[in-house]
Amino acid sequence: MANEQTNHPTSQATTMNSIPKTYKNYINGEFPRTESGRYYSVEALDGKHIANVGLSSKKDVRNAVQAARKAQATWAQKTAYNRGQIMYRIAEILSGRREQFINEMILLGYSQEAAELEINACIELIVYFAGWTDKIDQVFGSVNPVASDHFNFSRHEPVGVVGIISPETPSLLGMLGLLLPNMVAGNSQVIIASKQFPLPTCTFAEVLATSDVPAGTVNIITGLKSELIPPISQHMDVDVLVGDVSLDTEFRVLCEVESASNMKRVYFWESFISLDELNSSPNETISTCVHSLKDPYHILHVQEVKTTWHPISE
Amino acid sequence: MSEKNSSVLPTQSKQTTVPIDWSYAEAPESISHVTFNKSYGLFINGSFTEYNENQSFESTNPANGECLYRCTEASESDVDAAVKAARTAFEGVWGNYSGTQRSHYLYRIARLLQERAREFAVLESMDGGKPIRESRDIDIPLAAAYFFYYAGWADKLSYAFPGKTPKPLGVCAQIIPWNFPLLMLAWKIAPALACGNTVVLKPAETTSLTALKFCELLQDVGLPDGVVNIVTGAAKTGEYLVQHPDIDKIAFTGSTEVGKVIQRSIAERQLPSTFELGGKGAFILFDDAALNEAVEGIVNAIFFNQGHVCCAGSRLLVQEGVAEKVIDLLKKRMQHLIVGDPLDKNTDIGAINSKEQLETIQRYVKTGIQEGATCFECSSSLPTSGYYFPPTILTGVSQSSSVVQEEIFGPVLTIQTFRTTDEAIEKANNTPYGLANGIWTDKGSKIFYVGSKLKSGVVWSNTYNKFDPTSPFGGYKESGKGREGGLSGLHAYVKLDNNGGVY
Amino acid sequence: MIDRIPIDAVGVQERVARLCTRSIKKESKLQALDLALRMMDLTTLEGSDSEGKVRQLCNKALHPYTELPNIPSVAAVCVYPNRVALAKSILKDSSISIASVATAFPSGMSSLQIKLDDVNYAVSEGADEIDMVISRGAFLSGEYARVYDEIAQIKEACGTAHLKVILETGELGSLENVRMASDLAMKAGADFIKTSTGKITPAATMPVVLVMLQAIRDFHVATGKKIGMKPAGGIRSSKQAIQYLVMVKETLGNDWLDPSLFRFGASSLANDVLMQWVKEKTGRYQSLNYFSND
Repeated sequence: MANEQTNHPTSQATTMNSIPKTYKNYINGEFPRTESGRYYSVEALDGKHIANVGLSSKKDVRNAVQAARKAQATWAQKTAYNRGQIMYRIAEILSGRREQFINEMILLGYSQEAAELEINACIELIVYFAGWTDKIDQVFGSVNPVASDHFNFSRHEPVGVVGIISPETPSLLGMLGLLLPNMVAGNSQVIIASKQFPLPTCTFAEVLATSDVPAGTVNIITGLKSELIPPISQHMDVDVLVGDVSLDTEFRVLCEVESASNMKRVYFWESFISLDELNSSPNETISTCVHSLKDPYHILHVQEVKTTWHPISE
Repeated sequence: MSEKNSSVLPTQSKQTTVPIDWSYAEAPESISHVTFNKSYGLFINGSFTEYNENQSFESTNPANGECLYRCTEASESDVDAAVKAARTAFEGVWGNYSGTQRSHYLYRIARLLQERAREFAVLESMDGGKPIRESRDIDIPLAAAYFFYYAGWADKLSYAFPGKTPKPLGVCAQIIPWNFPLLMLAWKIAPALACGNTVVLKPAETTSLTALKFCELLQDVGLPDGVVNIVTGAAKTGEYLVQHPDIDKIAFTGSTEVGKVIQRSIAERQLPSTFELGGKGAFILFDDAALNEAVEGIVNAIFFNQGHVCCAGSRLLVQEGVAEKVIDLLKKRMQHLIVGDPLDKNTDIGAINSKEQLETIQRYVKTGIQEGATCFECSSSLPTSGYYFPPTILTGVSQSSSVVQEEIFGPVLTIQTFRTTDEAIEKANNTPYGLANGIWTDKGSKIFYVGSKLKSGVVWSNTYNKFDPTSPFGGYKESGKGREGGLSGLHAYVKLDNNGGVY
Repeated sequence: MIDRIPIDAVGVQERVARLCTRSIKKESKLQALDLALRMMDLTTLEGSDSEGKVRQLCNKALHPYTELPNIPSVAAVCVYPNRVALAKSILKDSSISIASVATAFPSGMSSLQIKLDDVNYAVSEGADEIDMVISRGAFLSGEYARVYDEIAQIKEACGTAHLKVILETGELGSLENVRMASDLAMKAGADFIKTSTGKITPAATMPVVLVMLQAIRDFHVATGKKIGMKPAGGIRSSKQAIQYLVMVKETLGNDWLDPSLFRFGASSLANDVLMQWVKEKTGRYQSLNYFSND
């Protein structure tokens, strides 16, 4: 990233020893600018400009879904052991860049304590889910004793391409709570980042890019929910939509209605904590959130059960 | 004696033999022990409402097109009464019962179904047109088996959900199709009740009879009032049920088209829902397969229940090297299929469920031929009254043909060839549906390779159209959401603590 | 020399189960009973077979049930070689053939020369049909060419007598072996293929017979030759016999519903068929007390 061209508007945050970053989308393992050429300004709580972030369009959604579709089989066909290792590797890289994320969170208005606790929780959650890759079928798969001369078993398989609508906060933990079960499931995804607090998610793309995650497995786009949820929920090649229960009813209903076009699976679970809550009681809110997110049933939501029969004979 | 017959034994010359044209005489199943009413009310809160002539519709016997009985079409207020009864039963009785108590009722239902199996089989065949061989050997015994299986889960639910405390959802609205009336009822009611829910179920308007007879059985069991309510009617009744504000769950089995309508209509309420929708299953036949068994598999895949099967193997994909041989064997086999009276024990293919469905099938085959397909039909004679369609295969079709793309829901098989394994997988998956597929090969590793790549909830390898209460069933993609049967089937009827997620 | 054709035993069993659901009533049942009787190889193959026993069997073959004069006689009697001449003397003016087991029956564990001598002896005594056994030991150890050659040479020794080749399927271990042995026997010149000697359990089973019928069908498609089929051993009831006829009809077609192409090797089956026959005619269930036990 360091030798990248910087033709964004000069940020006021520029100092001699810190060059501000241009935040871009992450599609197919690359960092393209939004196809639309538009941006919006991310500001600190006091109104100070922090960064310009892409206002992605439906064409970015299209490109991201295309990349996700292409990558899905590659990700799913890796052995469970391998997927677990790659996910663990994400935690290692994230851990090494811990300070960078804490700084970004503080820029966005986090207290030092909340930022530290959240990044710790993120690392913990990634390690937790990394361990599920080779256990989910052992716990939830089954051999079914059918009343005929057949061997019959059910195992869990990925659904395919997932649209993930991140909650606004917690800025990284909220997104990971939705992403990680999908990675365990073997899905590939397009993440719509938090509008107000997109920086940790954007920076997380750099972690992914350096963690052996195959290109296209996770794609991240920034922008307005009102512009991105319609195209992703209408997209005929998206198989699942997941989001957080704090999402505006209007968008949630839109997801449910549009899911009928190709019978998308739609799931919402709780990963939201408001910034106020994060700052006022970080310990309690984050540990509650992590407890709720550490739920293997979220993985089952975004998988299909496949049942195979075969005769038993000489 | 011809030259070809030179190997025949000397008896030919010693004993005069008359060439025999042996065919099977009629073997009708007795209907003398079966009774049903000429008209039915609705089953609400443990008893039948008065039949309402002004608000009624007829159900015909598709074997002769004549009216078999009349049903009351449930109005909005009828549906409301049914939901209220279910709510009251849930809150007052059933929801408070222990798993052990619930299991006792479910076991009794299973037993009574077994005791009255033949009666239900005959009624199912009269009402829906399916051959008695199938209703007797498959539909009814399986329905009983589903109740027996889920009865055993009622008091063991905590073991089904490690780390969770499953709770019932409440009142479940269930809508079932006409192809397996009692079996679909069992798939819906058994797990719902086992998990502690109460039910309002709407059977399909052409096949209400076994659901209504089932209510008699519930009365004999002494199931508490309101735990199961049956409202008969067509689309309008279904809409009232789906739109009812006090239901907690929708379970629908039927066409993808209607499934989408329901999904849209419940969007604002974010109701837990499961859908079993259409399909266009591929039957992939490799050149190293056991061909004789595969041909029998094809017969089961597409001609079972007149092809009115959402998971039917309606697209045969056969490897080029054996295509000719397979088609020849299949044609020979088809000559021994008997189309006829559903109540004759020798009937293989019964009546098409309704006039509308018959016309749909006829239209598809006509289109297929117009699009260039070659049509072959089994030679069995068809009864002169009622709705019948002969088992049919269409060759010379392509992936873009409408008969290959769309669900026909009749005894019509399309045949395409392929060269390589990956080509077969690609063709099989090239559809919006994903309910079931079949793989036929003698090579074990190929089964797992192909099976893992097929996008469908069920993979039948070296077999087809097998069902079992322990075995999850349900679709990928536009074939549905969620699973019925087995452990997965329980997920559809519980809520689990702490996460608000419901599956 | 012979391809191994994959067979799925569960699939075969399912097909059999479905065939067994055919309900054969009224006139089609009478027709089937008549046919079953005409297809019967009335058999006695005991070390204790005396002249008296064989005489008795031949009489039963000629007059299955004296109460009904127009009842058809059986296709053949099947005896050991040293009883052929006796049977011939009793049956010479009838339509009933004499079948004889040969080739070191039932094990086949002897030299080819002794087997050929056995065949020559039975033929010279007047046997119309020879029921030989294949060398199962050789077959199971993969010596297919040896098995083939034996059959071919015995076929030659038969002359005008017809050759039924007993596979002894109960010793072959799998349906795939049954199919392979069937193909091999037909290729080597068998006029009939036959399941069993009756000395090994299981003898004829429906899955085995179905596989053999399919082999016959495919051989017919490939060569135009119609080979006969004979299930033997274990078939005791009319119901079973009728189920086999259903299987023949739906696998090979009505052409094979003829004693020249299908036989039952049985002994106690005859009386059950007769009892069912009389029951159909009279409406009364019958007692074995009224049927001669030969």
